Amino acid sequence: MNETMRKVAIARKIERPNTIEFIKAIFDDFLEFHGDRLYADDGAVVGGIARFEDIPVTVVGIQKGHDLDENVKCNFGQPEPEGYRKALRLMKQAEKFKRPVITFINTAGAYPGIEAEERGQGEAIARNLKEMSNLKTPIISIFTGEGGSGGALALAVADTVWMLENGMFSVLSPEGFASILWRDPSRVEEAAALMKMTAKDLMRDHVIDKIFSEPKEGIENNLKFTTEQIKNALRETLPKLRSLSIDGLLGRRYNRFRQYGEFIED
Amino acid sequence: MNLFKKNYFSLDGNEDKRKSDRRKRRNEPSIPDGMWIKCNTCKSIIYKKEVTEYKLCPNCGAHFRMSPEERIKITCDEGSFIEFDSNIRPKNPMKYPGYDEVIEKAQEKSGISEAVVTGHGNIDGYEVVLAIMDSHFMMGSMGSVVGEKVTRAVEYATQYRLPLIIFTTSGGARMQEGIISLLQMAKVSSALARHDEAGLLYITVLTDPTTGGVTASFAMLGDIILSEPKALIGFAGQRVIQGTIHQKLPEGFQRAEFQLEHGFIDRIVPRESLRDELAVILKLHSS
Repeated sequence: MNETMRKVAIARKIERPNTIEFIKAIFDDFLEFHGDRLYADDGAVVGGIARFEDIPVTVVGIQKGHDLDENVKCNFGQPEPEGYRKALRLMKQAEKFKRPVITFINTAGAYPGIEAEERGQGEAIARNLKEMSNLKTPIISIFTGEGGSGGALALAVADTVWMLENGMFSVLSPEGFASILWRDPSRVEEAAALMKMTAKDLMRDHVIDKIFSEPKEGIENNLKFTTEQIKNALRETLPKLRSLSIDGLLGRRYNRFRQYGEFIED
Repeated sequence: MNLFKKNYFSLDGNEDKRKSDRRKRRNEPSIPDGMWIKCNTCKSIIYKKEVTEYKLCPNCGAHFRMSPEERIKITCDEGSFIEFDSNIRPKNPMKYPGYDEVIEKAQEKSGISEAVVTGHGNIDGYEVVLAIMDSHFMMGSMGSVVGEKVTRAVEYATQYRLPLIIFTTSGGARMQEGIISLLQMAKVSSALARHDEAGLLYITVLTDPTTGGVTASFAMLGDIILSEPKALIGFAGQRVIQGTIHQKLPEGFQRAEFQLEHGFIDRIVPRESLRDELAVILKLHSS
């Protein structure tokens, strides 16, 4: 197994701490809120309000389970449109009350199903991208595990994007890449290496701004090792983002995404 | 994002069969050397000269896929279209093996440099900024060039306070460019947020097929969303959905009529009425 696939396997480990566990380890007074006010409460997206030291914040993230029962409740961390709409509702609430938003991303992708299409999976993701780009409060996104495609991006239009050492973010899974582009699922290792989807690759390509290391014994055995680093980063970054004017903040966020693209102009 | 299968074919040497298979999948008329074409919807054989500039099947009315050039011709006032940024060409950000050759082939086949043409034109005298995607170029997939050209067109419309019309057709993000292609969704959506905030009109016209990352970004963000009849419109690819749920997809799933029924588009407009309807919308939004 090559280095990338080894990391992919770690990112997907069922024991890997999930979003609720990260939230509880980093914040105090967490209250979970439910529902998109339109159709349902999607267990694949969790969120609510919490306190980071003396700052009230809104937290939102994609939730996975540690066993089958838990995973049925959160649909294996694959949101339906309601999940994205719940996330947006909570982020708009954060904007109103001037709370910074911290999102946690760990998903193979948005759920591909008949009902998800009937209720506008594409529309839900699109709206999040647009609304987040213009949300008048700071947003920080943290990739804690898998970061699959548009379903991950829909919570990652942020002022700064961070990632755990074994996190990832890609246009699709290496398995999908190999079978779609090469029609050869056995070339998954080659696909993974080519895709530059690890934290180190993404840092070099300026897709993320910070990497948090994970303990040798596995993050599931020592969550604090990593969450202490996240707390330090929040302590340092939140005041900086909060001190910016709204125009300054939104201008910065716009430029962050505006720069992406490699092309020849002649 | 899973429609890229259509760009890939095995090198088994069976060129003709591959071509006809690809056409079938694209709902394109197969054009043998001669005067006859076959409609892949109603299967009837059509005399080529009966197909007008609207590119409809004279028998069943199926809307064949169009190139941006053909689209401009039936949409804009004659001679009014001025193209933007035709000098932007793709790079190979992920160093995907063979990408340059794939691009070259697509350019040869489509006659354009990338999967979108952008510019400024008039519709019934109303000035608009246009972006027109082309499914003949790598299935209209969105990489850096498509994202950049569309973003610049949106920014131009915002700067000069013009309405914007985007004709979409796309298999989704261009996987050969990796994560950069995915990030184009956020880039274009951010530009659209500014256009929106400036109180300007944005119309999307969804054409067959509009899927993946384009659906999940600018296609679904129009103030007014129109679609051509029977266009395939969705987020997840049908094969992916089928692979997940292991059951047959319902008849008409992800077609324009399905999207209208579920509340995601404003109107289905047959191609022959499209220019007139766009003109009415523009008129009602001009002050």
